[in-house]
Amino acid sequence: MSATLLHTPLHRRHVELGARMVPFAGWEMPVQYEGVIPEHRAVRTDAGVFDVSHMGELEVEGPRARHLLQGALSNDLDRLEPGQAQYTLLTNESGGIIDDLIVYRVGDCSYLLVVNASNRANAYAWLKERELPGSDVRDVSDDCALLAVQGPRAIERLGLPPANAFTFAESSVDGVEVMVNRTGYTGEDGCELLCMSEDAVRLWDAVLERGAVPCGLGARDTLRLEVCYPLHGNDIGPDTDAISAGLGWACALDKEFEGVDVLRRVKADGPNRRLVAFVMEEKAIPRQGMPIEGGGEVTSGSHSPMLELGIGLGYVPAAQAQPETELTIDVRGRPRRARVVKKPIYKRED
Amino acid sequence: MAAAESYPDDLKYHEEHDWARVEGDEAVLGITWFAADALGELVHFEPPEVGATVTKDQSYGEVESVKAVSDVIAPLSGEVLEVNEQVVGAPETVNEDPYGNGWLLRIRLADPGETDALLDAGAYRELLASQ
Repeated sequence: MSATLLHTPLHRRHVELGARMVPFAGWEMPVQYEGVIPEHRAVRTDAGVFDVSHMGELEVEGPRARHLLQGALSNDLDRLEPGQAQYTLLTNESGGIIDDLIVYRVGDCSYLLVVNASNRANAYAWLKERELPGSDVRDVSDDCALLAVQGPRAIERLGLPPANAFTFAESSVDGVEVMVNRTGYTGEDGCELLCMSEDAVRLWDAVLERGAVPCGLGARDTLRLEVCYPLHGNDIGPDTDAISAGLGWACALDKEFEGVDVLRRVKADGPNRRLVAFVMEEKAIPRQGMPIEGGGEVTSGSHSPMLELGIGLGYVPAAQAQPETELTIDVRGRPRRARVVKKPIYKRED
Repeated sequence: MAAAESYPDDLKYHEEHDWARVEGDEAVLGITWFAADALGELVHFEPPEVGATVTKDQSYGEVESVKAVSDVIAPLSGEVLEVNEQVVGAPETVNEDPYGNGWLLRIRLADPGETDALLDAGAYRELLASQ
Protein backbone atom coordinates (compact mmCIF):
# COMPACT_ATOMS: atom_id res chain seq x y z
CA MET A 1 0.00 0.00 0.00
CA SER A 2 1.29 3.41 -0.91
CA ALA A 3 0.77 6.16 1.62
CA THR A 4 0.45 8.72 -1.15
CA LEU A 5 -3.10 9.92 -1.60
CA LEU A 6 -4.46 10.17 -5.12
CA HIS A 7 -5.62 13.51 -6.50
CA THR A 8 -8.51 14.14 -8.86
CA PRO A 9 -7.93 16.56 -11.77
CA LEU A 10 -9.70 19.20 -9.64
CA HIS A 11 -7.45 18.94 -6.58
CA ARG A 12 -5.85 22.33 -7.14
CA ARG A 13 -9.24 23.96 -7.58
CA HIS A 14 -10.40 22.57 -4.22
CA VAL A 15 -7.32 23.86 -2.44
CA GLU A 16 -7.70 27.27 -4.10
CA LEU A 17 -11.30 27.44 -2.87
CA GLY A 18 -10.11 26.82 0.69
CA ALA A 19 -11.62 23.34 0.99
CA ARG A 20 -10.78 21.19 3.96
CA MET A 21 -9.10 18.16 2.39
CA VAL A 22 -9.33 14.70 3.96
CA PRO A 23 -8.25 11.18 3.01
CA PHE A 24 -11.10 9.13 1.57
CA ALA A 25 -10.71 5.66 0.02
CA GLY A 26 -7.11 6.43 -0.93
CA TRP A 27 -7.91 9.87 -2.33
CA GLU A 28 -7.45 13.33 -0.90
CA MET A 29 -10.90 14.82 -1.24
CA PRO A 30 -12.73 17.98 -0.12
CA VAL A 31 -14.94 17.29 2.90
CA GLN A 32 -16.25 20.85 2.97
CA TYR A 33 -15.67 24.34 1.58
CA GLU A 34 -17.93 26.87 3.31
CA GLY A 35 -19.41 24.33 5.71
CA VAL A 36 -21.44 21.12 5.57
CA ILE A 37 -24.71 22.76 6.55
CA PRO A 38 -24.78 25.64 4.02
CA GLU A 39 -23.62 23.24 1.28
CA HIS A 40 -26.36 20.78 2.21
CA ARG A 41 -28.99 23.52 2.10
CA ALA A 42 -27.71 24.76 -1.27
CA VAL A 43 -28.41 21.33 -2.76
CA ARG A 44 -31.86 21.12 -1.18
CA THR A 45 -32.88 24.60 -2.33
CA ASP A 46 -30.86 25.44 -5.47
CA ALA A 47 -27.83 23.64 -6.89
CA GLY A 48 -24.54 22.25 -5.66
CA VAL A 49 -21.62 20.57 -7.41
CA PHE A 50 -19.53 17.71 -6.07
CA ASP A 51 -16.27 16.42 -7.49
CA VAL A 52 -16.81 12.67 -7.47
CA SER A 53 -13.97 11.89 -9.84
CA HIS A 54 -12.61 9.45 -7.30
CA MET A 55 -15.40 7.07 -8.28
CA GLY A 56 -14.53 4.29 -10.69
CA GLU A 57 -15.74 3.79 -14.26
CA LEU A 58 -15.66 0.32 -15.75
CA GLU A 59 -16.54 -0.38 -19.38
CA VAL A 60 -17.91 -3.76 -20.32
CA GLU A 61 -18.21 -4.33 -24.04
CA GLY A 62 -18.70 -7.06 -26.57
CA PRO A 63 -21.35 -9.46 -27.79
CA ARG A 64 -21.34 -11.28 -24.45
CA ALA A 65 -21.15 -8.20 -22.22
CA ARG A 66 -24.83 -8.58 -21.40
CA HIS A 67 -24.36 -12.23 -20.53
CA LEU A 68 -21.45 -11.45 -18.17
CA LEU A 69 -23.26 -8.65 -16.39
CA GLN A 70 -26.65 -10.34 -16.19
CA GLY A 71 -24.97 -13.13 -14.21
CA ALA A 72 -23.01 -10.78 -11.96
CA LEU A 73 -25.47 -7.96 -11.19
CA SER A 74 -28.64 -8.30 -9.12
CA ASN A 75 -31.03 -6.13 -11.12
CA ASP A 76 -32.53 -7.21 -14.44
CA LEU A 77 -30.30 -5.79 -17.14
CA ASP A 78 -32.84 -6.66 -19.81
CA ARG A 79 -35.08 -3.88 -18.58
CA LEU A 80 -32.52 -1.38 -19.88
CA GLU A 81 -32.66 0.18 -23.33
CA PRO A 82 -29.64 2.03 -24.67
CA GLY A 83 -29.75 5.48 -23.01
CA GLN A 84 -31.08 4.14 -19.72
CA ALA A 85 -29.42 3.50 -16.37
CA GLN A 86 -30.17 1.30 -13.37
CA TYR A 87 -29.18 0.98 -9.71
CA THR A 88 -27.87 -2.53 -9.15
CA LEU A 89 -25.65 -4.64 -6.89
CA LEU A 90 -22.56 -6.67 -7.59
CA THR A 91 -23.05 -9.68 -5.35
CA ASN A 92 -20.82 -12.47 -4.08
CA GLU A 93 -21.63 -16.19 -3.76
CA SER A 94 -23.21 -15.70 -0.34
CA GLY A 95 -25.46 -12.89 -1.53
CA GLY A 96 -23.24 -10.23 0.04
CA ILE A 97 -22.72 -6.90 -1.67
CA ILE A 98 -19.32 -6.36 -3.30
CA ASP A 99 -20.49 -2.97 -4.48
CA ASP A 100 -23.62 -1.01 -5.26
CA LEU A 101 -23.42 0.83 -8.52
CA ILE A 102 -25.17 2.39 -11.48
CA VAL A 103 -25.02 0.57 -14.79
CA TYR A 104 -25.54 2.60 -17.97
CA ARG A 105 -26.48 0.82 -21.19
CA VAL A 106 -24.41 2.81 -23.65
CA GLY A 107 -25.18 0.67 -26.69
CA ASP A 108 -26.57 -2.72 -27.60
CA CYS A 109 -23.34 -4.43 -26.55
CA SER A 110 -21.76 -1.77 -24.39
CA TYR A 111 -22.22 -0.89 -20.71
CA LEU A 112 -20.64 1.57 -18.31
CA LEU A 113 -20.51 0.83 -14.58
CA VAL A 114 -19.90 3.68 -12.12
CA VAL A 115 -18.59 2.07 -8.93
CA ASN A 116 -17.55 3.32 -5.50
CA ALA A 117 -13.96 4.53 -5.20
CA SER A 118 -13.26 2.12 -2.36
CA ASN A 119 -14.53 -0.85 -4.40
CA ARG A 120 -13.09 0.01 -7.78
CA ALA A 121 -10.28 -2.55 -7.60
CA ASN A 122 -12.49 -5.30 -6.17
CA ALA A 123 -15.30 -4.76 -8.65
CA TYR A 124 -12.87 -4.70 -11.56
CA ALA A 125 -11.06 -7.85 -10.39
CA TRP A 126 -14.34 -9.67 -9.78
CA LEU A 127 -15.63 -8.96 -13.29
CA LYS A 128 -12.26 -9.49 -14.96
CA GLU A 129 -12.05 -13.00 -13.44
CA ARG A 130 -15.43 -13.82 -14.93
CA GLU A 131 -14.71 -12.27 -18.31
CA LEU A 132 -15.81 -14.45 -21.22
CA PRO A 133 -14.60 -14.51 -24.79
CA GLY A 134 -16.65 -11.68 -26.25
CA SER A 135 -16.91 -9.60 -23.08
CA ASP A 136 -14.16 -7.11 -22.47
CA VAL A 137 -13.90 -5.44 -19.04
CA ARG A 138 -11.79 -2.28 -18.84
CA ASP A 139 -11.11 0.14 -16.01
CA VAL A 140 -11.29 3.60 -17.61
CA SER A 141 -11.47 5.54 -14.33
CA ASP A 142 -8.22 7.41 -14.91
CA ASP A 143 -9.50 8.82 -18.19
CA CYS A 144 -12.68 10.16 -16.63
CA ALA A 145 -13.79 12.91 -14.28
CA LEU A 146 -17.25 12.99 -12.75
CA LEU A 147 -19.10 16.02 -11.39
CA ALA A 148 -22.43 15.57 -9.62
CA VAL A 149 -24.58 18.68 -10.09
CA GLN A 150 -27.55 18.30 -7.79
CA GLY A 151 -30.50 20.34 -6.62
CA PRO A 152 -33.91 21.58 -7.79
CA ARG A 153 -32.28 24.23 -10.02
CA ALA A 154 -29.30 22.14 -11.20
CA ILE A 155 -30.63 21.29 -14.67
CA GLU A 156 -31.92 24.81 -15.30
CA ARG A 157 -28.60 26.33 -14.25
CA LEU A 158 -26.73 24.03 -16.61
CA GLY A 159 -29.07 24.95 -19.47
CA LEU A 160 -29.88 21.29 -20.11
CA PRO A 161 -33.19 19.98 -21.44
CA PRO A 162 -35.53 18.13 -19.10
CA ALA A 163 -35.16 14.35 -19.06
CA ASN A 164 -36.37 11.40 -17.01
CA ALA A 165 -34.43 10.09 -14.04
CA PHE A 166 -32.12 7.19 -14.86
CA THR A 167 -31.59 8.24 -18.46
CA PHE A 168 -28.47 9.73 -20.02
CA ALA A 169 -27.41 11.53 -23.16
CA GLU A 170 -24.36 12.99 -24.82
CA SER A 171 -24.37 16.75 -24.60
CA SER A 172 -22.13 19.70 -23.84
CA VAL A 173 -21.91 22.32 -21.12
CA ASP A 174 -20.30 25.58 -22.23
CA GLY A 175 -18.37 23.77 -24.94
CA VAL A 176 -17.21 20.82 -22.83
CA GLU A 177 -18.37 17.46 -24.12
CA VAL A 178 -20.11 15.51 -21.40
CA MET A 179 -22.26 12.49 -20.81
CA VAL A 180 -25.23 13.83 -18.83
CA ASN A 181 -26.46 11.13 -16.48
CA ARG A 182 -29.75 11.85 -14.74
CA THR A 183 -28.64 10.13 -11.58
CA GLY A 184 -27.37 11.22 -8.19
CA TYR A 185 -26.93 10.48 -4.51
CA THR A 186 -28.78 13.34 -2.86
CA GLY A 187 -32.50 12.69 -3.43
CA GLU A 188 -32.72 15.86 -5.52
CA ASP A 189 -33.16 16.41 -9.23
CA GLY A 190 -29.91 16.92 -11.07
CA CYS A 191 -27.30 15.01 -12.99
CA GLU A 192 -23.85 13.55 -12.96
CA LEU A 193 -21.60 14.91 -15.69
CA LEU A 194 -18.95 12.51 -16.98
CA CYS A 195 -16.16 14.12 -18.95
CA MET A 196 -12.59 13.41 -19.96
CA SER A 197 -10.05 14.09 -17.20
CA GLU A 198 -8.34 16.82 -19.23
CA ASP A 199 -11.65 18.71 -19.51
CA ALA A 200 -12.47 18.53 -15.80
CA VAL A 201 -11.16 21.95 -14.81
CA ARG A 202 -12.98 23.69 -17.66
CA LEU A 203 -16.21 21.91 -16.77
CA TRP A 204 -15.86 22.65 -13.03
CA ASP A 205 -15.23 26.34 -13.74
CA ALA A 206 -18.25 26.49 -16.06
CA VAL A 207 -20.54 24.82 -13.53
CA LEU A 208 -19.42 27.21 -10.77
CA GLU A 209 -19.84 30.15 -13.14
CA ARG A 210 -23.44 28.98 -13.64
CA GLY A 211 -24.03 29.35 -9.93
CA ALA A 212 -23.69 25.85 -8.47
CA VAL A 213 -22.23 25.91 -4.96
CA PRO A 214 -19.13 23.73 -4.46
CA CYS A 215 -19.99 20.95 -2.01
CA GLY A 216 -17.81 18.42 -0.25
CA LEU A 217 -18.14 14.83 0.86
CA GLY A 218 -19.56 15.97 4.20
CA ALA A 219 -22.72 17.33 2.62
CA ARG A 220 -22.85 14.38 0.22
CA ASP A 221 -23.07 12.10 3.26
CA THR A 222 -25.78 14.06 5.10
CA LEU A 223 -27.80 14.45 1.88
CA ARG A 224 -27.77 10.73 1.12
CA LEU A 225 -28.52 9.86 4.73
CA GLU A 226 -31.62 12.08 4.85
CA VAL A 227 -33.03 10.15 1.88
CA CYS A 228 -31.74 6.78 3.18
CA TYR A 229 -29.46 5.84 0.31
CA PRO A 230 -27.14 3.21 1.76
CA LEU A 231 -23.40 3.83 1.87
CA HIS A 232 -21.28 0.82 0.97
CA GLY A 233 -18.85 0.15 3.80
CA ASN A 234 -21.30 1.54 6.37
CA ASP A 235 -24.79 0.21 5.72
CA ILE A 236 -24.07 -2.53 3.22
CA GLY A 237 -21.04 -4.67 2.42
CA PRO A 238 -19.78 -8.14 1.51
CA ASP A 239 -21.29 -9.55 4.73
CA THR A 240 -24.74 -7.98 4.40
CA ASP A 241 -27.44 -9.15 2.03
CA ALA A 242 -29.70 -7.01 -0.09
CA ILE A 243 -32.97 -8.30 1.40
CA SER A 244 -32.04 -7.39 4.99
CA ALA A 245 -30.76 -4.04 3.70
CA GLY A 246 -34.12 -3.25 2.08
CA LEU A 247 -32.65 -3.45 -1.41
CA GLY A 248 -34.81 -6.34 -2.61
CA TRP A 249 -36.32 -3.96 -5.18
CA ALA A 250 -32.93 -3.95 -6.93
CA CYS A 251 -32.75 -7.77 -7.07
CA ALA A 252 -34.41 -9.75 -9.84
CA LEU A 253 -34.80 -12.99 -7.89
CA ASP A 254 -36.36 -14.69 -10.93
CA LYS A 255 -33.05 -14.63 -12.79
CA GLU A 256 -29.75 -16.36 -12.03
CA PHE A 257 -26.90 -14.30 -10.58
CA GLU A 258 -24.18 -14.78 -8.00
CA GLY A 259 -25.66 -15.51 -4.56
CA VAL A 260 -29.28 -15.49 -5.73
CA ASP A 261 -30.07 -18.75 -3.87
CA VAL A 262 -29.12 -17.16 -0.58
CA LEU A 263 -31.22 -14.10 -1.31
CA ARG A 264 -34.23 -16.23 -2.26
CA ARG A 265 -33.91 -18.10 1.03
CA VAL A 266 -33.62 -14.89 3.09
CA LYS A 267 -36.64 -13.51 1.29
CA ALA A 268 -38.69 -16.69 1.85
CA ASP A 269 -37.77 -17.05 5.53
CA GLY A 270 -37.86 -13.34 6.25
CA PRO A 271 -34.64 -11.61 7.36
CA ASN A 272 -33.56 -11.90 11.00
CA ARG A 273 -32.58 -8.25 11.03
CA ARG A 274 -33.39 -5.28 8.90
CA LEU A 275 -31.77 -1.99 8.01
CA VAL A 276 -34.10 0.70 9.34
CA ALA A 277 -34.15 4.47 9.34
CA PHE A 278 -34.63 6.28 12.63
CA VAL A 279 -34.81 9.77 14.09
CA MET A 280 -33.69 10.75 17.57
CA GLU A 281 -36.43 11.61 20.04
CA GLU A 282 -33.92 13.23 22.40
CA LYS A 283 -31.04 15.61 21.75
CA ALA A 284 -28.18 13.39 20.59
CA ILE A 285 -26.38 12.52 17.38
CA PRO A 286 -26.13 8.83 16.55
CA ARG A 287 -22.85 7.66 15.04
CA GLN A 288 -21.69 4.57 13.19
CA GLY A 289 -21.03 1.64 15.54
CA MET A 290 -23.25 2.72 18.43
CA PRO A 291 -25.20 -0.21 19.93
CA ILE A 292 -29.00 -0.23 19.69
CA GLU A 293 -30.66 -1.89 22.67
CA GLY A 294 -31.94 -5.36 21.74
CA GLY A 295 -28.99 -6.37 19.59
CA GLY A 296 -28.93 -3.73 16.87
CA GLU A 297 -26.24 -1.34 15.70
CA VAL A 298 -26.09 2.08 14.07
CA THR A 299 -24.43 1.85 10.63
CA SER A 300 -24.72 5.54 9.67
CA GLY A 301 -25.63 8.48 11.84
CA SER A 302 -25.41 12.24 11.71
CA HIS A 303 -27.24 15.48 12.23
CA SER A 304 -29.95 16.23 9.66
CA PRO A 305 -29.50 19.82 8.46
CA MET A 306 -33.10 19.91 7.18
CA LEU A 307 -34.83 18.36 10.19
CA GLU A 308 -32.27 19.73 12.69
CA LEU A 309 -32.11 16.53 14.71
CA GLY A 310 -30.08 13.34 14.91
CA ILE A 311 -30.91 10.73 12.25
CA GLY A 312 -29.48 7.40 11.24
CA LEU A 313 -29.63 4.00 9.66
CA GLY A 314 -29.00 0.80 11.54
CA TYR A 315 -29.66 -2.91 11.67
CA VAL A 316 -32.21 -4.06 14.24
CA PRO A 317 -33.86 -7.45 14.89
CA ALA A 318 -36.84 -7.85 12.55
CA ALA A 319 -39.25 -7.50 15.49
CA GLN A 320 -38.01 -3.92 16.05
CA ALA A 321 -38.15 -2.90 12.40
CA GLN A 322 -41.71 -1.56 12.17
CA PRO A 323 -42.09 2.21 11.78
CA GLU A 324 -42.90 3.95 15.08
CA THR A 325 -40.99 1.33 17.10
CA GLU A 326 -39.09 2.99 19.95
CA LEU A 327 -35.35 2.29 20.00
CA THR A 328 -32.74 3.07 22.63
CA ILE A 329 -29.32 4.01 21.33
CA ASP A 330 -26.20 3.89 23.48
CA VAL A 331 -24.60 7.29 22.87
CA ARG A 332 -21.19 6.85 24.52
CA GLY A 333 -22.76 5.36 27.63
CA ARG A 334 -25.92 7.50 27.65
CA PRO A 335 -29.19 5.82 26.63
CA ARG A 336 -31.03 8.04 24.14
CA ARG A 337 -34.48 7.41 22.66
CA ALA A 338 -35.04 7.10 18.91
CA ARG A 339 -37.97 6.09 16.72
CA VAL A 340 -38.04 3.94 13.58
CA VAL A 341 -39.44 5.90 10.63
CA LYS A 342 -40.41 5.07 7.06
CA LYS A 343 -37.74 5.74 4.45
CA PRO A 344 -36.87 8.33 3.32
CA ILE A 345 -36.33 10.28 6.52
CA TYR A 346 -36.55 13.58 4.66
CA LYS A 347 -38.95 14.30 1.82
CA ARG A 348 -39.49 17.68 0.31
CA GLU A 349 -42.94 19.19 0.81
CA ASP A 350 -44.14 20.09 -2.66
CA MET B 1 -21.98 33.73 10.37
CA ALA B 2 -18.87 32.26 11.94
CA ALA B 3 -16.81 34.77 13.91
CA ALA B 4 -13.40 36.01 12.71
CA GLU B 5 -10.35 34.51 14.41
CA SER B 6 -9.54 36.14 17.76
CA TYR B 7 -8.09 35.35 21.20
CA PRO B 8 -9.07 38.12 23.65
CA ASP B 9 -6.39 39.35 26.03
CA ASP B 10 -8.64 39.27 29.10
CA LEU B 11 -9.05 35.47 28.99
CA LYS B 12 -6.95 32.56 30.25
CA TYR B 13 -6.38 29.62 27.90
CA HIS B 14 -5.89 25.90 28.23
CA GLU B 15 -3.76 24.06 25.67
CA GLU B 16 -6.73 21.85 24.77
CA HIS B 17 -8.30 24.97 23.21
CA ASP B 18 -10.55 26.04 26.06
CA TRP B 19 -10.80 29.46 27.66
CA ALA B 20 -11.74 30.76 31.12
CA ARG B 21 -12.88 34.22 32.17
CA VAL B 22 -12.10 34.43 35.89
CA GLU B 23 -14.49 36.67 37.85
CA GLY B 24 -13.65 36.59 41.58
CA ASP B 25 -14.19 33.04 42.82
CA GLU B 26 -16.19 32.11 39.72
CA ALA B 27 -15.22 31.49 36.11
CA VAL B 28 -17.00 31.32 32.78
CA LEU B 29 -15.71 28.57 30.44
CA GLY B 30 -15.86 28.03 26.71
CA ILE B 31 -13.94 26.75 23.68
CA THR B 32 -11.65 28.89 21.57
CA TRP B 33 -12.21 30.11 18.04
CA PHE B 34 -9.58 27.61 16.90
CA ALA B 35 -11.50 24.67 18.40
CA ALA B 36 -14.83 25.82 16.98
CA ASP B 37 -13.34 26.38 13.53
CA ALA B 38 -11.62 22.99 13.53
CA LEU B 39 -14.90 21.24 14.35
CA GLY B 40 -17.07 23.24 11.96
CA GLU B 41 -20.60 24.37 12.73
CA LEU B 42 -21.63 22.91 16.07
CA VAL B 43 -24.90 21.00 16.13
CA HIS B 44 -24.85 19.54 19.65
CA PHE B 45 -23.59 20.40 23.14
CA GLU B 46 -23.82 17.72 25.79
CA PRO B 47 -23.37 19.65 29.05
CA PRO B 48 -22.79 18.46 32.61
CA GLU B 49 -25.56 18.96 35.15
CA VAL B 50 -25.75 22.02 37.34
CA GLY B 51 -24.21 21.06 40.66
CA ALA B 52 -21.78 18.58 39.08
CA THR B 53 -18.06 18.93 39.65
CA VAL B 54 -15.65 19.58 36.79
CA THR B 55 -11.96 18.81 37.16
CA LYS B 56 -9.11 20.68 35.53
CA ASP B 57 -7.67 18.84 32.48
CA GLN B 58 -10.59 16.42 32.38
CA SER B 59 -13.59 16.26 30.03
CA TYR B 60 -16.82 17.83 31.28
CA GLY B 61 -18.93 17.48 28.16
CA GLU B 62 -18.99 17.00 24.42
CA VAL B 63 -19.47 19.25 21.43
CA GLU B 64 -20.38 17.84 18.03
CA SER B 65 -20.41 19.08 14.47
CA VAL B 66 -21.98 17.17 11.60
CA LYS B 67 -18.77 15.18 11.12
CA ALA B 68 -17.01 15.14 14.49
CA VAL B 69 -17.37 14.72 18.22
CA SER B 70 -14.97 16.37 20.67
CA ASP B 71 -14.57 16.25 24.42
CA VAL B 72 -14.56 19.61 26.15
CA ILE B 73 -11.71 19.87 28.64
CA ALA B 74 -12.09 21.88 31.84
CA PRO B 75 -9.39 24.54 32.13
CA LEU B 76 -10.17 24.86 35.86
CA SER B 77 -11.84 22.80 38.61
CA GLY B 78 -15.09 23.67 40.33
CA GLU B 79 -18.81 23.22 40.75
CA VAL B 80 -21.16 23.90 37.85
CA LEU B 81 -23.35 26.90 38.69
CA GLU B 82 -24.94 27.42 35.30
CA VAL B 83 -25.09 25.84 31.82
CA ASN B 84 -25.59 28.14 28.84
CA GLU B 85 -29.00 26.97 27.64
CA GLN B 86 -28.73 29.21 24.59
CA VAL B 87 -25.88 26.99 23.35
CA VAL B 88 -27.81 23.81 24.22
CA GLY B 89 -30.69 25.08 22.06
CA ALA B 90 -28.57 26.69 19.33
CA PRO B 91 -25.05 25.20 19.39
CA GLU B 92 -23.96 27.28 16.38
CA THR B 93 -23.86 30.23 18.79
CA VAL B 94 -20.37 28.98 19.72
CA ASN B 95 -19.15 29.48 16.13
CA GLU B 96 -20.81 32.88 15.91
CA ASP B 97 -19.58 34.29 19.22
CA PRO B 98 -17.15 31.89 20.97
CA TYR B 99 -16.17 34.28 23.79
CA GLY B 100 -19.53 36.02 24.27
CA ASN B 101 -22.94 34.39 23.81
CA GLY B 102 -21.19 31.09 23.03
CA TRP B 103 -19.91 30.51 26.57
CA LEU B 104 -20.61 27.00 27.90
CA LEU B 105 -20.48 26.91 31.71
CA ARG B 106 -20.20 29.10 34.77
CA ILE B 107 -18.40 27.41 37.68
CA ARG B 108 -17.45 28.21 41.28
CA LEU B 109 -13.70 27.73 41.47
CA ALA B 110 -12.43 24.95 43.72
CA ASP B 111 -8.90 26.35 43.76
CA PRO B 112 -8.32 29.86 42.37
CA GLY B 113 -4.59 29.08 42.39
CA GLU B 114 -5.13 26.78 39.37
CA THR B 115 -5.43 29.82 37.11
CA ASP B 116 -1.67 30.32 37.39
CA ALA B 117 -1.12 27.23 35.24
CA LEU B 118 -3.16 28.61 32.32
CA LEU B 119 -1.79 30.43 29.29
CA ASP B 120 -2.32 34.08 28.54
CA ALA B 121 -3.51 35.08 25.07
CA GLY B 122 0.02 35.66 23.79
CA ALA B 123 1.24 32.24 24.93
CA TYR B 124 -1.85 30.56 23.46
CA ARG B 125 -1.33 32.27 20.11
CA GLU B 126 2.26 31.01 20.15
CA LEU B 127 1.02 27.50 20.89
CA LEU B 128 -1.29 27.66 17.86
CA ALA B 129 1.48 29.01 15.67
CA SER B 130 3.74 26.11 16.68
CA GLN B 131 1.18 23.43 15.81
